[in-house]
Amino acid sequence: MPVAPQLINLFASVLLLLAFAMLSQRRVVSLIDLFAAQGLVLALSTATVAYTTQQPHLYQSAALTLALKVFLLPWILYRLVRKLDVRWEFEGLVNIPTTMLIGIVLVVFAFNLALPISEIASTVTRSTLGIAIACVMLSFLMMIVRRKAIPQVIGFLSMENGLFFAATSATYGMPMVVELGIALDVLVGVLILGVFFFQIREQFDSLDLKHLEQLRDERAARAQSATGRSAGSAQPAPPAERR
Amino acid sequence: MIAIVAVLALPLIGAAVLAFVGERPYASRINVLASLATFVAAAALTIDVIVNGPMVTLGRQFLVDPFNVFLVALTAFVAFTTSVFSRPYMRVEAEHGRLTVGRLRLYHSMYQLFTFTMLLALLTNNVGVLWVAMEGATLTTVLLVSLYRTPASLEAAWKYFILCGVGIAQALFGTILLYFAAGKLLGAGGNALLWTELNAVRADLEPTVLAIAFVFLLVGYGTKVGLVPVHNWLPDAHAEGPTPVSAVLSGLLLNVALYAVVRCKVLVDGALPGAFAKNLMMGFGLVSVVVAAFLLLRQRDIKRLFAYSSIEHMGIITFAFGLGGPVANFAGLLHMTVHSLTKSAIFFAAGHAAQKTGTQIMQDIRGLVTISPVVGWGLALGALAILGMPPFGVFASEFLILTTAMREQPWATPFLLVALGVAFAAIFSKVQPMVFGETTATRLPVRPAMLPVFAHLALVLMLGLWIPPFLADWYRSAARLIG
Repeated sequence: MPVAPQLINLFASVLLLLAFAMLSQRRVVSLIDLFAAQGLVLALSTATVAYTTQQPHLYQSAALTLALKVFLLPWILYRLVRKLDVRWEFEGLVNIPTTMLIGIVLVVFAFNLALPISEIASTVTRSTLGIAIACVMLSFLMMIVRRKAIPQVIGFLSMENGLFFAATSATYGMPMVVELGIALDVLVGVLILGVFFFQIREQFDSLDLKHLEQLRDERAARAQSATGRSAGSAQPAPPAERR
Repeated sequence: MIAIVAVLALPLIGAAVLAFVGERPYASRINVLASLATFVAAAALTIDVIVNGPMVTLGRQFLVDPFNVFLVALTAFVAFTTSVFSRPYMRVEAEHGRLTVGRLRLYHSMYQLFTFTMLLALLTNNVGVLWVAMEGATLTTVLLVSLYRTPASLEAAWKYFILCGVGIAQALFGTILLYFAAGKLLGAGGNALLWTELNAVRADLEPTVLAIAFVFLLVGYGTKVGLVPVHNWLPDAHAEGPTPVSAVLSGLLLNVALYAVVRCKVLVDGALPGAFAKNLMMGFGLVSVVVAAFLLLRQRDIKRLFAYSSIEHMGIITFAFGLGGPVANFAGLLHMTVHSLTKSAIFFAAGHAAQKTGTQIMQDIRGLVTISPVVGWGLALGALAILGMPPFGVFASEFLILTTAMREQPWATPFLLVALGVAFAAIFSKVQPMVFGETTATRLPVRPAMLPVFAHLALVLMLGLWIPPFLADWYRSAARLIG
């Protein structure tokens, strides 16, 4: 058996391991490290696929991944964490062993979902499609169980990593124009979120998302009418006085 | 071809200029001007299509066919009228200290950028670029929703970003699968994502892959359409953002997201022999209609009320496209048009009403006609129109959808009728006391811009009575295309 497919399979399994590691990691800084490592593995595996299949545009997307996901995005995230001074993340919604078990179930489900697709695929990488879908699902799980803003965003980004991996395994990557567009969207998204973090912190003194659960149909309305807080505009007279 | 370039370039130039101009007093005028220029370009494009027929240009990257040409015109039109409305509205907001001046730079610039992403999503022939444009629309509107920087608006924007971000990631996976299925027939490279190419070979696309792809695409873009159960972001984003943003979210963004779903549905219908996509869309649509109608009853905030009404109407349209066939599709396209016009008109009126009474809580908005007859009547007529009263256009489209449903899917009609009845009771009973009776409103120094409201309502009235022949032609051929 040639080396390249085995190498790709190896990278794929490292990706899956990293996804599980992210799921169990509590420290924000280590989470960013893991995210950068995931990007690096992704870039290496893309470059290997490019080498085996002689697809020049895959080299470009490997380079793009390296620049964006290994250097730029982790750098922005590190800076954010340092400026916001968040080091630790203590509680999750579900404890970590349970999360891992749910993760295993998701992986089984992902492999089942990928089966009919990889049967049709003719790429050398088709066996890794299940892992790609599993990575997407694990990131999704991470977004659900984390209560803090930054881990949620890292979950979001690693979901994008999983999707990118799925694209390389199933089809040798998307057309360049689309890939550039996706990269741009991700970058702009992270920049916007960076601004957002500061505002959330300013308003709530914390990046814990439990503060962001006020908007429910009933509760929001009651809170607003109780305080007479004007939502349409800041006119001085509270409406309750007029009635 | 020049018109397409102009339609896309003008809002981009507008965004750049407005970012540069910043908070100068004439910035809002430039915003209107840029939107007007975009609308003129869209009108030129529309006339070009009326004269020369559909086209695929610029290296096959852009597509104008009967299905998207009227949406382009509608998007440019509503973007223009909203910019007219937003001038006095945002001035009042700024005077009340809800906005710092620097924030207006962001607002105007993002408004133009948002228009650009919408038009790009509509005009592109590339399913991948469609995805990029939809994600771009999410990013620009996240900034618009959080414009006030209040805790509530930040929460709404965060929820919007995370939910739609996850949703749009599903759509990306769906797009990857689509590309995978197409790559086997069309070869790798940019062409395999061109919608016209995909449509040409749709009968040979791998059915299993397309079925899985469609589920992801429907859930993904469906999040942006606001389909139940992935609708949670929608009421918050509508209620907490500035009113012009609520108007363009409801009037334009939901339409464009649904457009993306339908484009994909066309491909899946060709590949799958059964009614897989149709059943899924009918199911999602019906659930959305029923759930949204009952949630309407418990709303207290005027913008949340009409946000839920948008979910309901998007459900109706999704259901109509799910039904399929020439009549239901025709009605769905008509409903897209009239809902977009009516709902943005309602948001304009509701925005002025909220400014005059200083609250969005409906209990505290009373007797609008006494202080400002135009705002009061605008809201009343808009509500009647959206509730499907004849002779407004919404009546025509809902009537067509209901009668088709009775004939083809009789089991669905009771659900639809009950939901429409509940929605009627909920909205009518809440709007009536807001418009008539003793007033809580005060006079504001700024005159409300009511011209957009009545222009929209007049168009909706016209579409209820008479549909221009070229528009009816487009609806018919688009309905054939959708199948």
